[in-house]
Amino acid sequence: MSSCDYDSSCLPDLLPLYYRRLFPFSQYYRWLSYGGVTKNYFQNREFSFTLKDDIYVRYQSFSNQSELEKEMQKMNPYKIDIGAVYSHRPSQHNTVKSGTFQALEKELVFDIDMTDYDDVRTCCSAADICSSCWTLMTIAVRILDRALREDFGFQHLLWVYSGRRGIHCWVCDEAARKLSVAGRSAVAEYLSLVKGGEETLKKVQLSDPLHPFIRESLAVVEHYFIQYALMGQDILGNSKTTDKVEDLQSFFQSEKNPVKRWKKISGLCMPILRCQIYIQGILCSVMILQISVPIDLEELDKFDPFAVPTISLICEELDKPRTGEEEEVVEEEKKENEIEAAERRKIRDYKRTSLAKYVKLFDRFLDGMARARKGEILRKSDLQKEF
Amino acid sequence: MQFSRRRRLVSQPQDGLYGHCLQFYGRPPAENISLAEFETFAFERLKLLKTVENLGVSYVKTSDQYTKKLYSEFSNLNFPHKAEADDKKEQTEYEKRRKDHISHFILRLAYCQTEDLRRWFIQQEMDLFRFRFSGLTSKSKTEFLHQNNLQYDTVSMEQKKALVDKLVSSSYAVSGATVMEQDFYKVPFQDALDLVRTRKVFLKGGYAYIPHQDIIAIVLNDFRTRLSKALALTARSLPAVQSDERLQPLLSHLSHAYVGQDYSIQKNVGKISLEQIDPLSTKSFPLCMRQLHKSLRENHHLRHGGRMQYGLFLKGIGLSLEQALQFWRSEFIKGKVDADKFDKAYAYSVRHMFGKEGKRTDYTPYSCMKVILSNPPSQGDYHGCPFRHSDPELLKQKLQSYKLSPSAINQILELVKGMHYQLACQKYFELTHNIEDSGFSLNHPNQYFMESQKVLGDGKDVKREPETPHREAAASKGLGASRQNAEEMEDLDALFQDD
Repeated sequence: MSSCDYDSSCLPDLLPLYYRRLFPFSQYYRWLSYGGVTKNYFQNREFSFTLKDDIYVRYQSFSNQSELEKEMQKMNPYKIDIGAVYSHRPSQHNTVKSGTFQALEKELVFDIDMTDYDDVRTCCSAADICSSCWTLMTIAVRILDRALREDFGFQHLLWVYSGRRGIHCWVCDEAARKLSVAGRSAVAEYLSLVKGGEETLKKVQLSDPLHPFIRESLAVVEHYFIQYALMGQDILGNSKTTDKVEDLQSFFQSEKNPVKRWKKISGLCMPILRCQIYIQGILCSVMILQISVPIDLEELDKFDPFAVPTISLICEELDKPRTGEEEEVVEEEKKENEIEAAERRKIRDYKRTSLAKYVKLFDRFLDGMARARKGEILRKSDLQKEF
Repeated sequence: MQFSRRRRLVSQPQDGLYGHCLQFYGRPPAENISLAEFETFAFERLKLLKTVENLGVSYVKTSDQYTKKLYSEFSNLNFPHKAEADDKKEQTEYEKRRKDHISHFILRLAYCQTEDLRRWFIQQEMDLFRFRFSGLTSKSKTEFLHQNNLQYDTVSMEQKKALVDKLVSSSYAVSGATVMEQDFYKVPFQDALDLVRTRKVFLKGGYAYIPHQDIIAIVLNDFRTRLSKALALTARSLPAVQSDERLQPLLSHLSHAYVGQDYSIQKNVGKISLEQIDPLSTKSFPLCMRQLHKSLRENHHLRHGGRMQYGLFLKGIGLSLEQALQFWRSEFIKGKVDADKFDKAYAYSVRHMFGKEGKRTDYTPYSCMKVILSNPPSQGDYHGCPFRHSDPELLKQKLQSYKLSPSAINQILELVKGMHYQLACQKYFELTHNIEDSGFSLNHPNQYFMESQKVLGDGKDVKREPETPHREAAASKGLGASRQNAEEMEDLDALFQDD
């Protein structure tokens, strides 16, 4: 049903199926509980839903996974936003004494939006993307990922393709969740290469020597630049793209001074990184039509935004007749406990769809955080054992 | 086999409590002290902080003069400064650190009450802290950081070698040599946000690599945050403290405290004639008294607040009771008050000022602190401190009318903007007397008068008392007198509401 890929009229039919059989609730719950280390962490988390006809509801909160499931299956939201962890249950915020209901913790989230690059893209504009302008995103992702890990020491980064034209990075480390507003804006400013707002781009202030962050970012840009230019992005002017690219290549071979190299290309692909950061408030994690999926950074260069499954696709896949093997397993399960069977069925269900590899990625991410928490507990108890 | 790691801690006061000459004042003192010590400690720290303020405005904070003068004040007042590891002096060093600790906490009680007081206190304590921290040895600095849970470790030599290029290119004014010779500290990036924000520091694995010279900014920031929070907390528990009868008068006057001569003993009675007052008002009166005198002459009247401030000042410069009565009477009669009314209503208050009525206490002339902080003037009043209470535009006009040069006026206005009212007045003194350095620290209008007379050559009659030997006595006397003063003043005020 390719028509369904482009309009939302079939969503009312597909969403119930999606939420009943495919949405990875247990992974969600596992993620947002963060190992249950902090009491009520999940219970005090705000969710917001965008329903049919653009109805927006805030301050949703849930006691456990089951409540979350039931509510989402009832409401069938087109979009889910994950908010902050508050001091009290968001669903009860009206009963709390005024002034005491406060946001306490929130992941640090970065949003890289293709539309920020409109002044430089010549192939597409607004919500459209193509494989050549996608390279700009790749560059931004690489720069950000390196800086967050190496400079700031963050380890648990969940990169998500938000389904259309943007990529989000959710930094889930404890230090990030506890970061103050001042801290968040300081991190954002550190990472900003372009100062200046909606009007013309302003050049980066470059000093000699270059700060290591800029030097590293420059290395990333150079690596992708030729590829990007070669893919036909007409950034060098109307004509003679190929010639100019060759000139550039030879320029890079001869000129080693990083400042001079940077200056050469800075006018051309300057808005490489213009991050918008959601400091408070909420950020979507599921988009309609195309589903938000985690991105594997190791495969980043091969990532194809057009190959991300749409909701109609995976529903289709679900409806496909099962193979013989699968039929046997289903028969076995009928004899087991009903709840366990339901869980197992669900797992089998999404594994039959294109969602499988993405859920696997998400699981890997969650496993990493669990390992880190375990390591932390061991470390702390070791220290205590010293006495 | 289990080995017990516990050692019995032999607690000597010297070991545990004041392990470093510098501290963050995290824990309040937990001992008993006498009221006398309470008072003395508080006053001496106050003097130290005032010196910090004065020197800070007069000299560049890193200059030799600043350093020398401030250290000598440390010595005079017996406060700890260098990390002296002199065994012979161990006991005295301990005493100094104890005094530092206790006096800080006492002043917190006095200075937590209003926004202005808090700001002043935090500013001086920060300057004091910065001065003392900068004077520590490198080893001592690291010790201090560790003792105060600022787990800022220094970067090892090997690490520095590996990172030297990156460190040089990220930090301001750092060369390869600097990296190898100086200490670099690893600070969690959350504690160095200003440097992170402007990308003026090297970041690795969540740590900012801070050169030695920048660590003080970070530590100071931490100090200011802690002190600010602590003062807010202190303010909340203040009512409980103030309900203690022994402390209440002490604390409520500490923030208004004047720590010098109180000019209550008249040494120069009768040396001034009434005819001299007019010329003296333009030559030797501070601006506040000049203003009061002028408006008295113009309006033939002054309201209560003005009469008190000016009347006591005149007493302090040497007017006798008889002279004072004559002075006020002759002026008021020119206005709406007839002789009878004056005798009935106003003469009493003049005699009161001289201690000849009511409780028969000899009132002391107001210090600058009292003028600046108490009883702000309202419409129709001429008392107060012009540098504090006048509109800057009007002040500017007034100074222009006194023929001060524009640059001079600007200097004064800058000091006013920085809320250094007494220093502004001192600058006014220097400009009107044509001298570079007044040579004194202005605290009292009568002091202004005496110093002025000295400069203008009438030093024979008006002697300046040496401050040092009287300091202890004057301090407690000042407190005692001002405490009494305030109590009595309230009586007087109650009797004479305006006009």
